[in-house]
Amino acid sequence: MRALTWHGPRDVRVSRVPDPEIVNPRDAIVKVTATAICGSDLHLYNGVIPTMRAGDVLGHEFMGEVVEVGRGGAALRAGDRVVVPFTIACGACWYCREGLTSLCDNSNPNAHMAEGLYGFSGSGLFGYSHLYGGYPGGQAEYVRVPFADKGPLPIPPGLSDEQVLFLTDVLPTGYMAAENCGIRRGDVVAVWGSGPVGLLAMKSAYLLGAERVIAIDRWPARLRLAESGAKAETLNYEECGDVVEELKQRTGGRGPDACIDAAGMEAHGTTLDAWYGRAKQAVGLATDRSHALRQAIQACRKGGTVSIPGVYGDLLDKFPLGVAFAKGLTMRMGQTHVHRSLRPLLEHIEHGRLDATFIVSHRWPLSRAPEAYRIFNDKADDCTKVVLDPSA
Amino acid sequence: MNIRRMTSRAPAWPDATNTRAAAAIALVAVAAGGAWALTTTRRTRRADKQRPDMPALAGGKGIHVERTVTIQRSPAELYQVWRDLERLPELMTHVESVTPTDGGRSRWIMRGPAGIRLTWEAEMVADEPGRLIAWRSVGDGDVEHAGSVRFTPAPGDRGTEVKVILTYAPPAGRIGADVASLYGMSADQDVREDLRRFKQRMEAGEVATSAPARSARVPELAGRT
Repeated sequence: MRALTWHGPRDVRVSRVPDPEIVNPRDAIVKVTATAICGSDLHLYNGVIPTMRAGDVLGHEFMGEVVEVGRGGAALRAGDRVVVPFTIACGACWYCREGLTSLCDNSNPNAHMAEGLYGFSGSGLFGYSHLYGGYPGGQAEYVRVPFADKGPLPIPPGLSDEQVLFLTDVLPTGYMAAENCGIRRGDVVAVWGSGPVGLLAMKSAYLLGAERVIAIDRWPARLRLAESGAKAETLNYEECGDVVEELKQRTGGRGPDACIDAAGMEAHGTTLDAWYGRAKQAVGLATDRSHALRQAIQACRKGGTVSIPGVYGDLLDKFPLGVAFAKGLTMRMGQTHVHRSLRPLLEHIEHGRLDATFIVSHRWPLSRAPEAYRIFNDKADDCTKVVLDPSA
Repeated sequence: MNIRRMTSRAPAWPDATNTRAAAAIALVAVAAGGAWALTTTRRTRRADKQRPDMPALAGGKGIHVERTVTIQRSPAELYQVWRDLERLPELMTHVESVTPTDGGRSRWIMRGPAGIRLTWEAEMVADEPGRLIAWRSVGDGDVEHAGSVRFTPAPGDRGTEVKVILTYAPPAGRIGADVASLYGMSADQDVREDLRRFKQRMEAGEVATSAPARSARVPELAGRT
């Protein structure tokens, strides 16, 4: 089959690789009908996530048709149309039973690697380095889906691929980011990063009862999208000198009730500390740049909540813990527990309360995936989200 | 594996005075840690002699591995799987076979490093249903071995804590004399991975793998419900 494979920093190719096969009883094989490039794929693209190997198949946002089911995958049948959570979860361990599926104890075959780095291992992920299990990803014609009786969600007829594709990752991720804010009536929520996760966090924040949502970014096209698609107020940090002060002014001196860092470890910025972070990352002194997170902590009102859906990989310095402590902040973070929000979110989509399709900027064939990575990474051509057709 | 450990490469304050101070602190810390480790080890070994789940070999020599994992099954269910010692090869990578012999004893064959086969006879020294199984080698074997597995209910609904303790020691002047040096490096990791697979089988019903079908080694645990 054809698949998008990784060969080194900024080197991805469409290659021929062996078709996947059923390995374990609970496996299924899914023929991919739509797949997307995620902002976190850009961390792999840029080579900032360790344990990638040449030839690894990328992609963790995909959906399709079940073509084969192992003898333990009873819940699914060939022909079912499903979306597949990017986190792989057994459904049986304590974490899965608690709904914390991205912390599944049993789905990362390379758990020892994650334990070496973090002391513990979370769940395996599709197409996201050997640290997270080395599972081939979904930017391919076919994918082997482990624990298929627990993960994939059958999609009712009448909904297009694009309407439900983002249930695999960015929609639940944006939703959990907003959920983690503990939003109450009257809350103002500020969101750093107007990429797909940020945009969907903004929509989710309104859905969960926020009064106002403020989008912070520097790309005019993305800010326009935040305004038109997510009904957010916008703040271009390149145009406003002091983001923290500006947010204070816009919130009666209080600061936003909740702040969401949807930028993560490759956050951009124009202030001195942002350039210091970039320089350190460039020479390998620190994996994570924390500019957006730092601002979120500084801007948040006393007793507020900082929610972090953006990915962080390792150590962080210049972390204003004193500020967070002084203001009694709550911080919530982590990989998305996709499984638990699939059904409620599907219901929102079915009832027209949540539409994520506005984030799509490019619909391209898989054959053009390398070019798609390049423009998405460079934020060229107003690229916010690329959906790939694996059959083309 | 090539995980970048940034900690070792990131000098936070590359200032000469501070570097010397840091080095001094590190030395003191290492010394203190070492002393603590020594006293702790001794204390553990003394305790060994009083508890059936803490098997100790004469003089406390050899390899001693202790690992614990929490599994979402009842102590009784997990005990049942371990109780049948003949099925230990399904649980422990390096145990090739356990065959019953006379008088309630069993003959163990273990694959050692570089294809060496080590064998000994063992007897059960403790068997408390749903709680504890312990065994140790008897007579003249290639290796002096003792092991135990204890099942303790975890707090709340967290399942069962399974603690495995294994010790291997070379009998004086025998072929196994190098066992410790050859085997000691990976024994801890092997037990950890064995327990991880056991947990996966008991909870998820299969062992997670990302290898393609042809190369995946996925032995199934017979009789799992």
